[in-house]
Amino acid sequence: MTSLVLVEIENGLVKQASRSAVMAARAFGDVDVLVVGEGATVAARIEGVVRVLHADLPPLAETIAALMADHAGDYTHLLAAATAFGKNVMPRLAGLLDVQPVTEVVRILDADTFVRPIYAGNALATVRSKDARKVLTVRGANFDPVPAEGGNAAVESVSAAVEVPDAQIVGLEVTKSDRPELETARVVISGGKAFKDAENFRMLEPIADRLGAAIGASRAAVDSGFAPNEMQVGQTGKIVAPELYIAVGIAGAIQHLAGMKDSKVIAAINVDPEAPIFSVADYGLVGDLFEVLPQFKAALDA
Amino acid sequence: MKILVPVKRVVDYNVKPRVKADGSGVETQGVKMSMNPFDEIAVEEAVRLREKGAASEVVAVSIGVTDAQAILRTAMAMGADRAILVQTDLVLEPLAVAKLLKTIVDREEPGLVIMGKQAIDDDMNATGQILAARLNWPQGTFANTVTVGEGWVEVKREVDGGLEIVRLALPAVVTTDLRLNEPRYATMPNIMKARKKPLETIAADALGVDLAPRLETVSVVEPPARKAGVKVSSAAELVEKLRDEAKVI
Ligand SMILES: Cc1cc2nc3c(=O)[nH]c(=O)nc-3n(C[C@H](O)[C@H](O)[C@H](O)COP(=O)(O)OP(=O)(O)OC[C@H]3O[C@@H](n4cnc5c(N)ncnc54)[C@H](O)[C@@H]3O)c2cc1C
Ligand SMILES: Nc1ncnc2c1ncn2[C@@H]1O[C@H](COP(=O)(O)O)[C@@H](O)[C@H]1O
Repeated sequence: MTSLVLVEIENGLVKQASRSAVMAARAFGDVDVLVVGEGATVAARIEGVVRVLHADLPPLAETIAALMADHAGDYTHLLAAATAFGKNVMPRLAGLLDVQPVTEVVRILDADTFVRPIYAGNALATVRSKDARKVLTVRGANFDPVPAEGGNAAVESVSAAVEVPDAQIVGLEVTKSDRPELETARVVISGGKAFKDAENFRMLEPIADRLGAAIGASRAAVDSGFAPNEMQVGQTGKIVAPELYIAVGIAGAIQHLAGMKDSKVIAAINVDPEAPIFSVADYGLVGDLFEVLPQFKAALDA
Repeated sequence: MKILVPVKRVVDYNVKPRVKADGSGVETQGVKMSMNPFDEIAVEEAVRLREKGAASEVVAVSIGVTDAQAILRTAMAMGADRAILVQTDLVLEPLAVAKLLKTIVDREEPGLVIMGKQAIDDDMNATGQILAARLNWPQGTFANTVTVGEGWVEVKREVDGGLEIVRLALPAVVTTDLRLNEPRYATMPNIMKARKKPLETIAADALGVDLAPRLETVSVVEPPARKAGVKVSSAAELVEKLRDEAKVI
């Protein structure tokens, strides 16, 4: 059995979540990867990859799904990481192949059987797919990434011989940050609605810098404009599982917990001793963040 | 231009879901059910486009049990002009839902389908993309801003690194993200008015679509609970615990 993994390249490197998807695919046998745009030679160095398919195409779901459907051939499993990119492309591919996709896979039991969270992670469903070919997205946090180096795969150019509907990318607004990526950071510190405004929200920055942490946000903080959308942690935002997650002024709604409750250690700062976040926190501090955060920074520096 | 808005009836987002004792699924009997929150955003967006003159008619469609009429009435109270219930008692997967929706699209010929990015029960985030594939239409998923022009729609999408803007030829499928808009509340007069708007019912099994599930649910269980933690009394103690006990900083 051979799988095909659609990998993402970011800043000239294969995204960690994509290397986690390669790890997941190893459960099924040999692994080929597909790279769209730049980065085929980097992908060829991923440990254990047999073949790299490379297509010179814009990163659009319409074209990539058509290309993958065209090259699905003997692949038993077609996978990508459950990132915004993977979630956009893979269900479309499944639609073309007449397959029911299995999204957000957190565990693979065998070639047909997968575990995925439902209801904002309040339940774990084990499902067995009857489709001859599987289309999956997998959660990066649940599979160790394969090493970026160590492989020497052959690169093969591919193209799509299919007509695709008219779509084009006309703009990109990327937030530049020197901080670690939210999904792969060892420490994440997140802020909620309690910060009151965007300026106050920046109180998290010196602490994040001190801890080498990524900054996250609750939906309410994003909706209020304290933080950009890509910082949202939760059921419908990013899923993180760092060594340490610090929730500051976040109530702990189930939709937020869905995105962070698999963190190894959780610390929470909230004025309300009854806040639901404390029910998942290993360490809870009841207090006003405007007093506590400066003290926290001082204690770190001490 | 007509806009079609698929809406799903799901367990209300305020309800804490409970796993059934026999491991067959999550309890939905006797639980408050509502329109999927992302679909409310979709209805709102479609109604705003009609109010701006970019669309002429908004049609809501739901696939599900007879009680799903309630959310279709809500959609009409928010401003949808009419509604279609594709009635079935089966629990359908996104692939089957998309195939049923395609038959409705073929019949209604909308210029735009606006739907939720994700149903908060199955958390699949798949139906819109599958529908777009089967129609061979372009897709603008996770929409933050939607602008309709002559023969095209521009969608600002929420992606991992920020925002991406795509321009799609119409007809197209758009799926909504949280920041697209804030759905209005249905007012009493509008709820009364919605009762008189047309609601057509079609039997799902009359549409000639293969509805057989592709996924067999082996089990549904509660995730392992986290063990209760401790309260600390100061920021200094928190740092000390994280450093010396948990050893994570
Ligand atoms: C369809 C849907 C999807 C959603 N997806 C997500 C998601 O992905 N991620 C997400 O986060 N949410 C999501 N939500 C929203 C979620 O339900 C909550 O509304 C949200 O998480 C609340 O954010 P918050 O805790 O910052 O704000 P609030 O609920 O307003 O809580 C603020 C907290 O701060 C505390 N506080 C106030 N002042 C201070 C102070 N001075 N010092 C310390 N603490 C203080 C309060 O006690 C309170 O606990 C979703 C909701 C829906 C309907
Ligand atoms: N039974 C249904 N009836 C109408 N629309 C649906 C149904 N199931 C899913 N949808 C639409 O598809 C979107 C994504 O659902 P899902 O792919 O299940 O996460 C929802 O937000 C709805 O707009």
